[in-house]
Amino acid sequence: MAATGYPVRRLTAGELLGIGLSMIAAIGLLLIASLTDSGAYAFHAVVGILAALGTVLFIGNRSFDGRTLPVPQEIDGKPNYNMAPVKFATVAAMFWGIAGFTVGLIIALQLAFPALNFDLPWISFGRMRPLHTSAVIFAFGGNVLLGTSFYVVQRTSRARLAGDLSPWFVILGYNLFIVIAGTGYLLGITQGKEYAEPEWYADLWLTVVWVVYLLVFVATLAKRKEPHIYVANWFYLGFILTIAVLHLGNNLTIPASLLSPKSYIVWSGVQDAMFQWWYGHNAVGFFLTAGFLAIMYYFVPKRANRPIYSYRLSIIHFWALIFLYIWAGPHHLHYTALPDWAQTLGMTFSIMLWMPSWGGMINGIMTLSGAWDKLRTDPVLRMMVVSLAFYGMSTFEGPLMSIKAVNGLSHYTDWTVGHVHSGALGWVAYVSFGAIYCLVPWLWNRRELYSLKLVNWHFWISTLGIVLYISAMWVAGIMQGLMWRAYTSLGFLEYSFIETVAAMHPYYVIRALGGALFLVGALIMAFNLWMTVRTGAAEASEQDSALQPQLAAA
Amino acid sequence: MSTTATSTGGRRSLWSKHKIFETNSIILIIGVLLVISVGGLVEIAPLFYLKNTIEKVEGMRPYTPLELAGRAIYVREGCYNCHSQMIRPLRDEVERYGHYSLAAESMYDKPFQWGSKRIGPDIARVGGKYSDEWHRLHMTDPRLIVPQSIMPGYPFLFRNELDTREIAAEMKANRLGGVPYSDEMITAAMVDLKAQATPDHPGQDDLAKRYPKSQARDYDGDPARITEADALIAYLQVLGTLVDFKLYDDKANIR
Repeated sequence: MAATGYPVRRLTAGELLGIGLSMIAAIGLLLIASLTDSGAYAFHAVVGILAALGTVLFIGNRSFDGRTLPVPQEIDGKPNYNMAPVKFATVAAMFWGIAGFTVGLIIALQLAFPALNFDLPWISFGRMRPLHTSAVIFAFGGNVLLGTSFYVVQRTSRARLAGDLSPWFVILGYNLFIVIAGTGYLLGITQGKEYAEPEWYADLWLTVVWVVYLLVFVATLAKRKEPHIYVANWFYLGFILTIAVLHLGNNLTIPASLLSPKSYIVWSGVQDAMFQWWYGHNAVGFFLTAGFLAIMYYFVPKRANRPIYSYRLSIIHFWALIFLYIWAGPHHLHYTALPDWAQTLGMTFSIMLWMPSWGGMINGIMTLSGAWDKLRTDPVLRMMVVSLAFYGMSTFEGPLMSIKAVNGLSHYTDWTVGHVHSGALGWVAYVSFGAIYCLVPWLWNRRELYSLKLVNWHFWISTLGIVLYISAMWVAGIMQGLMWRAYTSLGFLEYSFIETVAAMHPYYVIRALGGALFLVGALIMAFNLWMTVRTGAAEASEQDSALQPQLAAA
Repeated sequence: MSTTATSTGGRRSLWSKHKIFETNSIILIIGVLLVISVGGLVEIAPLFYLKNTIEKVEGMRPYTPLELAGRAIYVREGCYNCHSQMIRPLRDEVERYGHYSLAAESMYDKPFQWGSKRIGPDIARVGGKYSDEWHRLHMTDPRLIVPQSIMPGYPFLFRNELDTREIAAEMKANRLGGVPYSDEMITAAMVDLKAQATPDHPGQDDLAKRYPKSQARDYDGDPARITEADALIAYLQVLGTLVDFKLYDDKANIR
């Protein structure tokens, strides 16, 4: 139909390869869907087929969209940044964030009111809890990291993102992984390893996506016009590389067959436990810390309009943090059947880890030197600085809890849950919110956010939520730990286990209330961002003018 | 936001040497990989060759096919999110739950299920602690037995027929990962599974030979069917029962 008036372009070699691989994948998945005994596995094969067919349509459609190839690397001497994948990741982050917070609220209510499990397999606590953790860590956090890393690496390299289809493959492929993982838990497909629940085929898919992610990131660095690789990119690179290593080590599984979703890990018992928490703690250290520190190193100085406080501190921060973090895993296994020498190493390095953590926090907070007044006027910057305060608090609490004597009390209790959430809500989510509040006007070419007042409401409502959450969990956890070890004067255990469960009820209710407030804050944020994109005034003349042609084409 | 290091006084300072990482992404990648490898290698590798990592004990054996299937249901339902299987050597835990857990007791566990949170109690030694009847009622509606319990109900386990089609393949996958299933065990997987869940099944003698201390009976209260509840209760009833602690020598295994 040449009459449409659009110039139809020939497909590039990369596009043909993408279509070819998608077709092959679709046929293979069709075979699996028809041969497997497992309904849930067949469902995932169908999801894969739909994704493959969607890819064919996506690529085919590009030959009608009027773009000329190759896409110019620069327009009028300015880099022609590729921001469409970043936009997608930003929207996805907000969507998954709200989904993950909602599931968190539901499971918090299930613990307070067990009737909410409804005796149904798909929504029982045991299946929903991994859905919550994966949704907030990997879906929300992951999309924030993918989006910001693609943004930051372009801006600090002054170069367009490497690859044409590859950045889209990374973003869309990662979100496909999220869908497979999340629906799998509800259908009962899990490896049963915390924070590494997705089964072998989802893990394989993530490996492919992650390798392409690394290649896109490094190839963009290689194209940079700046002589130096900016510090945020060191942290992104540390995060991408280490997550790859951890993912491979902790997911070496043997499938029962190609037609079965079930697999068994090659490690067993105590070695598996060590692998798991080497992975698990460094999911904290490299996914939830190094990646988000990269965000700090770009967005805090940008928003405050000040240089990073200390370049030398950032060098020490980077190398000390990645060296020490990797040792900390065994503190999850204190007093277990893991040999004592490994526990002691884990504890020692966890305590040392306090120093680079605080070094990084100081580097971030002191970046506001000369701009402290902005804390009063800019609630977005305030959110990011408070995130650093929470980071400092939870990275003090972490080493404290890794001391064996303290861990003897805190382990297995809600104190751990409170600690995790002071880091996850206070640090990771807040620095992400700050970054997204910055990104949306930049990406959609708006002068400012729809309403700073709403940011203020978001900030205070969710801060109140966090405080309710973590203080309820502190009280619950320490009380639980003390009740478990309480003895009567006659030398008998004072409480039965169920008495300690019953004692948790009021705190579980308060925790759910805190979670609800946090969710309300995120909903306010989503509304604010929506209105920013819908009604915000366009930026008149700004440094992002190089963005224009790409936006017009997209 | 300049990140450029400047040398001072004409002398190259140590800081300026960092330039090589900042200007060459491949060197930065190699540097990161080296730095993050150290901790993992030092903490993990010795666990595979230090002989005292796993204690010498009598009695550990691979799970029977029914127990293995039950374990898969335990994993599927995410029981590890609320129940630990790791009793620490602390006075109150040993008094509440029994002898502290040994590394040997999970040597065939893929994955390990030590857990990280006790929303419910530890169940490393729940085997034999309660009757099958207790488990049946408790799983159907936990609050029938323990009014203050916050555990979800699992009545559907009693309705679902146990899916046994892949059991031999799953045992083979375990064997590839080092669990000592013999050819005989794998060939007899289906017979052993049925024998363990059916009262007075003729295969029970062979089952007991292949899997010492295995308990064969109807677990779910419905002898005519083998349900997911049969498998899960069989798994729970074997937990912590294999090592005979009357014979175990604590002193010989000090690490």
